[in-house]
Amino acid sequence: MEANIHFPDPSKVREELIQKYPAKVAKKRAKSIIVNDPETIPEVQANVRTVPGIITQRGCSYAGCKGVVLGPTRDIVNIVHGPIGCSFYAWLTRRNQTRTESLMDENYIPYCFSTDMQEENIIFGGEKKLKLAIQEAYDLFHPKSIAIFSTCPVGLIGDDVHAASKEMREKFGDCNVFGFSCEGYRGVSQSAGHHIANNGVFKHMVGRNNTPSVGKFKLNLLGEYNIGGDAFEIERIFDKVGITLVSSFSGNSTVSQIENAHTADLNVILCHRSINYMGDMMETKYGIPWMKVNFVGAESTAKSLRKIAEYFGDEELKAKVEEVIAEEAPKVKAVIDEILPRTTGKTAMLFVGGSRAHHYQDLFTELGMTTVAAGYEFAHRDDYEGRHVLPGIKIDADSKNIEELKVVPDPELYNPRKTEAELEALKEKGLEINGYDGMMKQMTKKSLVVDDLSHYESEKLIEIYKPDIFCAGIKEKYVVQKMGVPLKQLHSYDYGGPYTGFEGAVNFYRDIDRMVNNPVWKLIKAPWEKVEADSLEACYVTQ
Amino acid sequence: MIKEATAKTATQNACRLCNPLGACLAFRGIEKCVPFLHGSQGCATYIRRYIISHYKEPIDIASSNFNEETAVFGGSHNLKIGLKNVTTQYKPEVIGIATTCLSETIGEDVPMILREYKAAYGSEGPLPQMIFASTPSYQGSHIDGFHAAVRAAVKTVAEGGAEKHLVNIFPGMISPADIRYLKEILADFGLPFVLLPDYSQTLDGGPWGEYHRIPPGGTPMSAIACTGSAAASIEFGSTLESPKSAAGYLEERFGVPRLDMAMPVGIRESDHFFELLEKLTEKPTPEKYRDERRRLVDAYADGHKYVFGKKAIVYGEEDLVISIASFLNEIGIVPVLCASGGKSGLMRKRLLELVPDMEEKGIKVRDGVDFVDIENETDTLQPDLLIGNSKGFTMSKKSSLPLVRIGFPIHDRFGGQRLLHLGYRGTQELFDRIVNTIIEQRQNASPIGYTYM
Repeated sequence: MEANIHFPDPSKVREELIQKYPAKVAKKRAKSIIVNDPETIPEVQANVRTVPGIITQRGCSYAGCKGVVLGPTRDIVNIVHGPIGCSFYAWLTRRNQTRTESLMDENYIPYCFSTDMQEENIIFGGEKKLKLAIQEAYDLFHPKSIAIFSTCPVGLIGDDVHAASKEMREKFGDCNVFGFSCEGYRGVSQSAGHHIANNGVFKHMVGRNNTPSVGKFKLNLLGEYNIGGDAFEIERIFDKVGITLVSSFSGNSTVSQIENAHTADLNVILCHRSINYMGDMMETKYGIPWMKVNFVGAESTAKSLRKIAEYFGDEELKAKVEEVIAEEAPKVKAVIDEILPRTTGKTAMLFVGGSRAHHYQDLFTELGMTTVAAGYEFAHRDDYEGRHVLPGIKIDADSKNIEELKVVPDPELYNPRKTEAELEALKEKGLEINGYDGMMKQMTKKSLVVDDLSHYESEKLIEIYKPDIFCAGIKEKYVVQKMGVPLKQLHSYDYGGPYTGFEGAVNFYRDIDRMVNNPVWKLIKAPWEKVEADSLEACYVTQ
Repeated sequence: MIKEATAKTATQNACRLCNPLGACLAFRGIEKCVPFLHGSQGCATYIRRYIISHYKEPIDIASSNFNEETAVFGGSHNLKIGLKNVTTQYKPEVIGIATTCLSETIGEDVPMILREYKAAYGSEGPLPQMIFASTPSYQGSHIDGFHAAVRAAVKTVAEGGAEKHLVNIFPGMISPADIRYLKEILADFGLPFVLLPDYSQTLDGGPWGEYHRIPPGGTPMSAIACTGSAAASIEFGSTLESPKSAAGYLEERFGVPRLDMAMPVGIRESDHFFELLEKLTEKPTPEKYRDERRRLVDAYADGHKYVFGKKAIVYGEEDLVISIASFLNEIGIVPVLCASGGKSGLMRKRLLELVPDMEEKGIKVRDGVDFVDIENETDTLQPDLLIGNSKGFTMSKKSSLPLVRIGFPIHDRFGGQRLLHLGYRGTQELFDRIVNTIIEQRQNASPIGYTYM
């Protein structure tokens, strides 16, 4: 498919993006800036270390581990072992929501726990302080679980968070204490932290509670973090359809749900990047297949529900899914019919996350908008090109430092939910079982794909493409808007949301309509400033 | 359960941020300067996102992107590559380098690396100025990093020489609106000045007609160079001691007198500031400010019935808390608890200087605390309101106490960067907001339904 909007010559754009860099940097960046062809997907250099001094969107391993994966589970006390900043900066900033069943239920998300390391802890070691902090948390809250997160200095001064956790776990007997070596300097980006978190959750939590879960169609939702209430909308739809959500990793989740997750019959994956390890490990150990889905976009939601029904192969479920889709469709249609004339033909750029830059393209398609350029902050090649490239990805020093768990089928609990033949048949039907085709297959020919876009490159892209909307995070928001282009935050949703499911789609349509048609951009020039072109907005963007 | 002292080991809900954040903020107030953190990229990313959520303005912070090898073998190579890349892309005139817990833990000798860098690249043309501040996150708080960066900037370029008709003003961590107001006052006095750091435009500016690699605004390095020959330095900050301050350095090195004072909040401290300006300029306070003062006194009188005898808990940076407490005392609100995550050890002493009868009034001072410590005090102290940054919201909600937002960070209200705190005008705004908060509380809580207050 080639878009019917005018694209600047992408190879020229590519040249322009790298010409300011020193030769060595230019050579490296060129491999991450690719002109897309969905037919023969080219290779994108991804998950390689950012060059020092290039201002990146990326965060650190600790951010991925604590902030992203572990943060949304409400009844784990998360203690950050390190100086105060790391815990402070991750304090509620992800906008993960959670809904306790009663006011008495444990919810530690609003807290910011830190060992607040001081100079003497750096010099003489911080393990003693850490153990005291764990003891205090236990005495105060008696939580089911306490997780410890290592920040940069911890690894260097040789504090053993795992030994300290083990000691306290054995001491308490009724509280599961475990640690993560997620020091900020490990790995390339927050992606390393996701992997470390997956390993820890799999090792220390999944499989601890064998009580059979109740329900006919039981699944886990993987890689959904309930930003702005996304999980609530998905839960609403599952409830309506009659699907039992055993556990979520990890939006609106609890410890006991995660410990029981292995009793589900299917894992559906939203954010492939942050949680695919968990899908693979559960498949190997317990025989639960995983399937890539997307609940961002009304059509994508309908499609994903149909895929789930197809997986369970139950006619009644299939009928119920159709019934729910039919029930939800009118309210979505009413809104999109109104908005579509105002958004059709506009262009978007998405540089965000490890899956979001892909998922949200579906919503823009529904709005009649074209994605002219996209890329991830911390994804790997498989998220761009599809999982078939996995065997060919060479393991570099950064990836080697992240532990790969050796997982074998559980002697008692391994129970393949589907036979090989059944799985093959489902794949034939187009279900992404244990697989993911990546973002580029869906993007138009000649669109631009850029991994780990730098601040400088984003400004160049805006200058050249003048998109109607740019999607990224808070760090990019204000500089993009300085240039007269609205920026939609796809980490915090600009304090809006939910954007999943049917209701979420409606929210997103309205938000994008509001943003791309915001009258404020027409007010930038004062009457006494010379107008040089017909359109004020157009002439505003840097020439 | 009421806990008297901070007996606990861990920190819950901290009332302070980390050292390098303050340094980055201060570097943002120097013209054509790119802040640079020597450490993991996560520090730069977290600090950027945090500063941005308050100011709603872009802030670029570069990083030397440590990896495991760098962490073990040293970051010299990464720092040099980083400086080179920042120089090529951003063409800065200044790079403000601050350390992190990581680079400090491995004991990086940054000044030596910078000397090597200059030796290696100095011949290729002019290099940006390098300002270096040591800001280990495991010491002090963001305010220490802020002052360290300001002192480092002055130390890097200030030159001595024949005394110029000029004053330095080091206002500490205040809002862009406060900075603009101070500049207006000094200009109205006709007093040439160097204000450092000046992020009033870089962190609160308008749209750009053209793309800027570095946002316009900030104190030029050429101006900072003149600070060594100024007639005097005015420095705000009750707990900021001379050996840690920019004015302290200038006094010691070039004999520029350091005139230190509390942040001017409230009539008395503002009077003190205007008196100082009158003395320095030998000119009377312009009519505009006399008017502001008159209106403020009038408002104090009018609003007295609402605020007198009320009790407040104030928290935040030590210097801000001290000045706000002194102002509250002036209007008849008792700051029953003055709390800070900072720990200079001077807070009590300095507050006593401004409010000598604080003991009798039952004003309590606690430093080195977190929000749980503060919350534990609310039951016994029974305050009417809370005054501080957004992080007190949880406490405010739990105890149903209204929160008047001031300082940093404010990320749950709009316009935190435009809040005015200083001088007659800032005090007027604060006073109006406090009075209205109390009225609103009464109005909402009244079973009769006041519509005319």
